[in-house]
Amino acid sequence: MPEKKTLFEKIWDAHLVAQPAERSPILYIDLHLVHEVTSPQAFDGLRAAGRKVRQPLRTVATVDHNIPTEPRGTPITDLIAAKQIAALQSNCKEFGVRLFDMDSPEQGIVHVIGPELGLTQPGMTIVCGDSHTSTHGAFGALAFGIGTSEVEHVLATQCLAQQKPKTMKIDVRGRLDDGVTAKDLALGIIGQIGTDGATGHVIEYAGPAVRALSMEGRMTLCNMSIEAGARAGMVAPDETTIAYVKGKRFAPRDAEWGKAIAHWRSLPSDTGAAFDKVVEIDATQLCPFVTWGTNPGMVAPVTGRVPELSRLRDAERRAAELALQYMGLEPGRRMEDIGIDRVFIGSCTNSRIEDLRAAARVAKGHHVSAKVRAMVVPGSQSVKRAAEQEGLHRIFQDAGFEWRESGCSMCLGMNPDILQPGERCASTSNRNFEGRQGRGGRTHLVSPMMAAAAAIAGHFTDIRNWKFQ
Amino acid sequence: MNPFTVHRGRVAPLDRVNVDTDQIIPKQFLKRVEKTGFGQFLFYDWRFGADGKKNPDFVLHEPRYEGASILIAGKNFGCGSSREHAVWALADFGFRAVIASSFADIFANNSTKNGFLAVRLTENEVARLMQSALEVENYQVTIDLEQCEVRDDQGFHAKFPIDNFVRHCLLHGLDDIALTLQHEAEIAAYEARHPAVERG
Repeated sequence: MPEKKTLFEKIWDAHLVAQPAERSPILYIDLHLVHEVTSPQAFDGLRAAGRKVRQPLRTVATVDHNIPTEPRGTPITDLIAAKQIAALQSNCKEFGVRLFDMDSPEQGIVHVIGPELGLTQPGMTIVCGDSHTSTHGAFGALAFGIGTSEVEHVLATQCLAQQKPKTMKIDVRGRLDDGVTAKDLALGIIGQIGTDGATGHVIEYAGPAVRALSMEGRMTLCNMSIEAGARAGMVAPDETTIAYVKGKRFAPRDAEWGKAIAHWRSLPSDTGAAFDKVVEIDATQLCPFVTWGTNPGMVAPVTGRVPELSRLRDAERRAAELALQYMGLEPGRRMEDIGIDRVFIGSCTNSRIEDLRAAARVAKGHHVSAKVRAMVVPGSQSVKRAAEQEGLHRIFQDAGFEWRESGCSMCLGMNPDILQPGERCASTSNRNFEGRQGRGGRTHLVSPMMAAAAAIAGHFTDIRNWKFQ
Repeated sequence: MNPFTVHRGRVAPLDRVNVDTDQIIPKQFLKRVEKTGFGQFLFYDWRFGADGKKNPDFVLHEPRYEGASILIAGKNFGCGSSREHAVWALADFGFRAVIASSFADIFANNSTKNGFLAVRLTENEVARLMQSALEVENYQVTIDLEQCEVRDDQGFHAKFPIDNFVRHCLLHGLDDIALTLQHEAEIAAYEARHPAVERG
C-alpha cells in the first residue's frame, strides 16, 4: 500500500530538488512575491555577488507597505519611503522583474493581489519577505514568510535550504454561527493554543466549518496562522478553490487547465495520513471575539470581560499586567463597555471584497459615532473597483467612513495612516502589538462586521444583536 | 557571514515573554535600504520616551548591563513580523546571541543567516540565567557552539539543540547561496521538468 501523505507532505516532496547528506533539503520555489520593504538589501546582495534573478517569470513585485492611501498622484512626502519605492522600481527594471507599481490597476497588498491575479495556485510553494505569506495557504499551497537573506537566496537560486517543519491538523467541527466569521475562528484558535502554539509546524485546517468557508474566509484564517507561530497554514483545495482560480489572469488555461485541476484534486491529505499534532475546535462554541491585550492570543468573547489576572499563571500574568497597563484597561471590564476612537477596516487579513461587503451590510443606513474616525482601505485596486461597482463606497461614505486607496496602511502604520498615542482602535488587521499601529496606539483585533458595528456604536458591540437596515 | 564559534560576554536580562519584532525594531525604521545602522533604533519605544529622551529605567540603559553582548529573554522571542531588520538591529547594537526557551521560526532562521545565535535552553535554565543576570554583578556566560553548550563561572552549564547543518554554516561563516548553487545541475534538471510559463 502506498504511503499515506498529508497535503503538506505531497507538496514538500514534489518540490525537493536535492537532499544532500548532512545538510538541509533544498526546496524549489514556484512563486516569489516581492515588496519594497524587505527586498532592497537582497537586490544589493545580488549586485555585490554579481548574481542575477534566476527566474524572473516566477518573481512578481508590488508596492504596498509604505505607500500613502491618499488619492494616487499625491506626492509622497516621506522621503525615505519614496526612496525605498524608487529602489524597488529600479531593482525590478534592472533585474527584469514584473512590478505592479503604484499607478498600476493591479496594485495592492501583495497577499491580496497574488490570489486575485491567479498567481497563487494549489500545490505551489510560495514565499515572500513577509510573515503573512501564510495567506496563500488557503489555496492548498505551501506558503511561508522569509527574511531578507532568504529573499536574496530565492532571487539567486529559486530555491531555499529548509528544515522540514512538523505538521499540525486543526479540525474544526460543526458550523460557525451567523455573525461568527473566519476572523473569529482564527482568534478563537490563537486564544486556545497561544501565539506560539504552532511554532515549528505547518497547520492544515480541516473539518466542516473550514470547508464551508469562502476563499476569502480561508485566506483570513490562513493569514493568521503566523500569529499562532505556525510556519504556514493550509486548506486542502476543493471545488470552492477551483471555482475561484478559474479564469484569473495568470491561471492555467485551455488544455493546461484540465491537467492542473486533475493535479489539484490529488492534493488533499490521504485518509488516515498522520499529523505530528492534532487540535480539535468546536465551531459551535465560538463567538465574535475582541482582543484585549498586546498579542493576538489575548482575546475574549465580545460578551465577556477583560480577564481577572488571578486566573493566570506567572509569566502570563506578568505579560497580561504589562499588556493591560499599555492598553489602559483593568481586569473585569466588560468588552462591550470599551469605547473606541478609531476604526480600521483593511489589511491582508480582511480587505477583500467579501470583507467589505460584510462591513457595508452593517454600516448601511447607520452613521459612524461622532467621536470615531473610521477608514476603509481596500486590499487592492481590483477590490476597490469591484466595491465601487457594487456601490459599497457610497454606503461607507454615507455612513461617515473614509474610502481610501489600497495598501497595507494602518495595519502597520509605515505610511501616514497611524494612531496617535492613547488612541483606541477597532482593527480588522492581524497584530495588536505595542505600537504596531502607531506609538502608544491601542489596537483591538476584530472581524470586519464587528469593526463596522463598533464604528457606529462607538464601543464594541455584539454583531449578533445588530439591527441591519 | 562572520563565523560564530565561542563567545563570552556580559548578559542583559529582558524579562518578558513574546517579545515581538515590532518591539525589537519599530516599523518607522524599516525604510532604510541598507543593512547597517539599525542598532540605534533597537527596542526604540522601550528605550526612548515619546519625546525622544532616553528611558533610564530600561534594562539596556542600566550601567551594569552596558556593553552586554548576550540577551536573555522569555519564551517565543522574535514573534510576529518577518523583518530581518530585528536581527540586524540586535547585532548592530552589539549583541552576538539571544538566549530564550523558544524562538519564533522566522526570527531563528534570520539569525542563522547573520552569524547571530538564537540559543534555546529549557525554561528552568533560562530562569536560572535570568536570576543570575539580575543578581550577579558583571554576570558573563560563554556560548560555545563547538560544544553546543552555555556555561558560566558559577558552575552552570547546559547543552542546547541546534540543527547540524546550521551549526556547520555558523561555525565556518558559510554563504548558503553558494552552497545551494553547488546543486546547479539538480536545480536545472528540476526546472527542465517544471518550466516557468509566461502568462498574463
